[in-house]
Amino acid sequence: MPIDKATVQRISRLARIHIDDNEIEVVAKELNGIINWVEQLKEVDTDSIEPMTSVVELKLPKRKDMVNDSADRQELLSNSPESEDGFFVVPKVVE
Amino acid sequence: MSKLTELTVADAISGLRKKEFSAVELTEDHINAVKDSQELNAYVVKTFDLARQRSILSDKKISSGEAGLLEGIPIAVKDLFCTKGVHSSACSKVLDGFQPPYESTVTQKLWDSGAVMLGKANMDEFAMGSSNSTSCYGPAINPWTPKETGEQRVPGGSSGGSAVAVAARAALAATGTDTGGSIRQPASFCGVVGLKPTYGRCSRWGIIAFASSLDQAGPITRSVKDAALMLNVMAGFDSKDSTSLDKNVPDYVKDLDQGVKGLRIGVPEEYRIDGMLPEITALWEQGIEWFKNAGGEIKEISLPHTKYALPTYYIIAPAEASSNLARYDGVRFGLRETGDDLIDMYSKSRAKGFGEEVKRRVMIGTYVLSAGYYDAYYLKAQRVRSRIAKDFKDAFNDVDVILTPTAPTGAFAVGEKTDDPISMYLNDVFTVPASLAGLPGISIPSGLSPEGMPLGLQLIGRPFDEVTILSAGRFLETAADFNCLPSDNIGRKKL
Repeated sequence: MPIDKATVQRISRLARIHIDDNEIEVVAKELNGIINWVEQLKEVDTDSIEPMTSVVELKLPKRKDMVNDSADRQELLSNSPESEDGFFVVPKVVE
Repeated sequence: MSKLTELTVADAISGLRKKEFSAVELTEDHINAVKDSQELNAYVVKTFDLARQRSILSDKKISSGEAGLLEGIPIAVKDLFCTKGVHSSACSKVLDGFQPPYESTVTQKLWDSGAVMLGKANMDEFAMGSSNSTSCYGPAINPWTPKETGEQRVPGGSSGGSAVAVAARAALAATGTDTGGSIRQPASFCGVVGLKPTYGRCSRWGIIAFASSLDQAGPITRSVKDAALMLNVMAGFDSKDSTSLDKNVPDYVKDLDQGVKGLRIGVPEEYRIDGMLPEITALWEQGIEWFKNAGGEIKEISLPHTKYALPTYYIIAPAEASSNLARYDGVRFGLRETGDDLIDMYSKSRAKGFGEEVKRRVMIGTYVLSAGYYDAYYLKAQRVRSRIAKDFKDAFNDVDVILTPTAPTGAFAVGEKTDDPISMYLNDVFTVPASLAGLPGISIPSGLSPEGMPLGLQLIGRPFDEVTILSAGRFLETAADFNCLPSDNIGRKKL
C-alpha cells in the first residue's frame, strides 16, 4: 500500500482539495488501486531512453516583442465570484 | 427530398447553394430535432436564437455569393470549447455560470466559415471519462439500443453529447476533443465517424485544458467526406497556441477517392488482446479482407510497448490535469465556497466543484508529480512514452496506415463500470497509444454487434498524414456500407 492515510492527507493539501476524514480510507483504496496498476511500467527498460517532452518535432515559434490584443479588465472580472475596484477579492491573507 | 436532418454536410452545402432549401429552414428543422431528442441529453446549452439569427445571415451570404465553406451548416459544439458570451463549463460544477469573454480559435474558424451553432454538447466532466457519465448535467444517452432489450446504453466519452447529436440527427456535425480516445471511442459507440487529427494540427487555444500534450480538437460527422470538410476549416496554425504547427493545410477533400490499391496496411499483433470479444475479432478480420480485396497490402506489424500505453497515459494525463486544473480556485471564475482562510476557501471550492473522477485524477497527478515520486512515476512514464512513439515510427517505415478496432466492446449499459475506474480506463486500450504518439486516428462505423450496436474500426496514420487515413477511411466506409441510422430510436418520446 504505497498510499496510506497520511499520504492522502498530504496529497489533499497539495492539490487543495478538501477531503472529509471519513472519506480518507476510501480515497486511499482507490488511489492505491491505480498506483498499483501503473507500477507495471517498472518492467520496461528505459535506461538509455530520453523522456518524451514534445509530441511533434517543432521549433518553438517566436513572435515580435510587441503589444498585441489583450483582454479587457472589466470582461475578465465579469466572471469572478467577487470583485471590487477592478480587483479580484479573496479572503484576508495578511493581518 | 429526404428530411433535411438526414443530409450529410456535403449534400446540405450543395442543396443550400442550389437554393433547394434555405439555411433558415435547415436550422429550424435541426432546432426541432434537438427538441425531439431532448431525452438523449445531448445538449447542455441550447443557442436557438443565435442559430436563427446566424442562419438568416447565411441565407443573405449565399444569395450575395459570399458564402463561407460551411455556410448555414448547423453544428453542435462540445462544452469544452469556450464560446464568447455562451455558457461554457466543461460540464463541471466548478465552472458553473462561466461565460467566456473570448472565442476558441477552432470555433471562431467555424463561425467565420458560416457554420451555425445549435448549442453546447454534453461531455464527461473536463473530458475525463469514457461513457459521458461524469457530466454534472447527467449522462447523455446513446440513440442506439440493443434490439432485444431496448436497454439504455452509454454513448461513450468524453465527447458523448457530440456523438449523440450527430447520430440522432440533431446536428449535421459536431466538434469534439480527443485526449486518449474521446472522439474516436464515442464515434464507434454511436455509429458515426470521429477524427482525431495529429497533435498540433488544430489550435488548442480557448479549449478548456485537460492534458495539454495530448488534447486535440477534431470533428464528429456522419461521413468521411464531412469529416474532411470540417477539418478543412478547423485545422491550421494559430499564433496563440505555440504547439500548433505552422504547416500548410492541404485540401482534405481533394484526394478522398484515391483508393487503397498498393496501400500498405499494418495490423499490430499486440492489439489482439486476451479475451477479445468474437464480434470485435470478426469485424477486424472483415476490415482486413476488404482492404486485401481492393488491392491493399496487409502487413503484420509489432508495436511491442502497446500494453504499457494505458498505465503511461494514466500517469501523464492526470499529471498534466492536476497542473491545468489548478486554476479553478474560486477567485477568477466559477464556484466559490467560503472557508476559514484563503487555502481553506480553495480546498472547499474545489471539493465542492469537482466530481469524483476529476478529484481522483487531480490527486493521482499531484502524487506522481510530488517530491520524491516525480522520477519514479512521471519521468518514467515520459520515457515509456518515448518507446511507444518509437514503436509507431518504426512501424511506419513499412506501412502507410495501421488498422485496429476502435474499442474493445460496443456501447455498454448506462451506469456500468462507474464503480471501477480501471475497468472504465480499459475502454481506451486501442485509442490511447496513438494519442501518446500524437498521431492522427479516425474511427469508421463498420458493422453491428450481435445485439445490434454499432462497432468502429480505427485507422492510425503518420504525423500530419490525415489525407491517407481519410482516403483509407473513405474506402472502409464504402466497403462497410454502414447505415448510420439508429434503428428506430429517433424522435421517440419514451426511453
